[in-house]
Amino acid sequence: MVACQRCGQVHPQGVRYCKRCDGPLQSRDTESLQKVWAWLIAGMIAYIPANLYPMLLTNTLVEHTESTIVGGVVDLMHHGSWGIAIIVFVASVMIPIGKFIAVIYLALSVQRRSNSQQHERHKAYELVEFIGRWSMIDVFVVAILSALVQLDTIATINPGIAAVSFALSVIFTMIAAQSFDSRLIWDADRMQNE
Amino acid sequence: MMTSQPAAMARIISLALTAFVMMIAAVSFPFLTLDAKGLHNATSVVDAVLAFNEGYAIPLAVAVAFFIVVIPLIRLGALIYALGPLVREQPPRAGAKRAFGLAERLRPWSMAEIFIVGVTVALVKVAGLAAVTVGPAFWAFAGVVIITVLKDQMICRYSIWEALEQ
Repeated sequence: MVACQRCGQVHPQGVRYCKRCDGPLQSRDTESLQKVWAWLIAGMIAYIPANLYPMLLTNTLVEHTESTIVGGVVDLMHHGSWGIAIIVFVASVMIPIGKFIAVIYLALSVQRRSNSQQHERHKAYELVEFIGRWSMIDVFVVAILSALVQLDTIATINPGIAAVSFALSVIFTMIAAQSFDSRLIWDADRMQNE
Repeated sequence: MMTSQPAAMARIISLALTAFVMMIAAVSFPFLTLDAKGLHNATSVVDAVLAFNEGYAIPLAVAVAFFIVVIPLIRLGALIYALGPLVREQPPRAGAKRAFGLAERLRPWSMAEIFIVGVTVALVKVAGLAAVTVGPAFWAFAGVVIITVLKDQMICRYSIWEALEQ
């Protein structure tokens, strides 16, 4: 039997399109892991310039400063805005890196046909899929700041190149997580029983 | 769904219509204004998108426009199109399944709520530098986010797929 991933309707093996919602049916996405690795590696590569180059370019009457992702967090801590500093740090550093590690772990465990902690791995996958999009916070912060702070000579803020590579990194890792076919986690059991 | 189907659908549609209208208000009115040392700058949601309007960043401007305005609007429009006839207990429109499928598939890419959190962070960052006033569009946008969350919680997609099958 094959269940439609969109609407839950169950079909006999071999049917190609769901008779209820017309969605494509597949027992397992056999190319899932290839897609996951490709998008994940692209995401990790894009994350490197995102941290090396400046996210924000600030010009005031007296100085010109460029701040990176981590630099922005440090600035916030110096201003005493601990809560906001933690939000930005979690969204821009902890979530992306945690997501890289989680997706690598999930993909490797499926490749090794591990059958331990299957439920926990499913939960980890759901968490990764749910939380990944929140990394975009920093991109929107840059957008708002650059639009808002445009006061001729007194102060202007402009986006740096890191904003683009950071956004790309988030988009690539979101696609990586979506390409992972979580049903593959169950297959290790079947292999051992056969 | 606990209530009878047409009533539940009617509630979802009314929330979707409200969110749609508020989103249009959120795009048209001033979002935030900044005052510092006699200088004044008003920003709309469109200006925030156009912040990336420089050479290499233009694709990002397009992406941000889709994430915070276009995709939420497409999702709401598709939902209204797919569920509208069901409220009046008429057979579904042609392409209703495709429309509802699209609304479901775009869900992770609709980032209005993340944008609002981003705005809050930006406000804290600017607070020391200048006086920021919140405009009507800000409240409209916050309304869109809350109504969308309510609407998404009410949707039981399995019941809707079943209803669309008839």
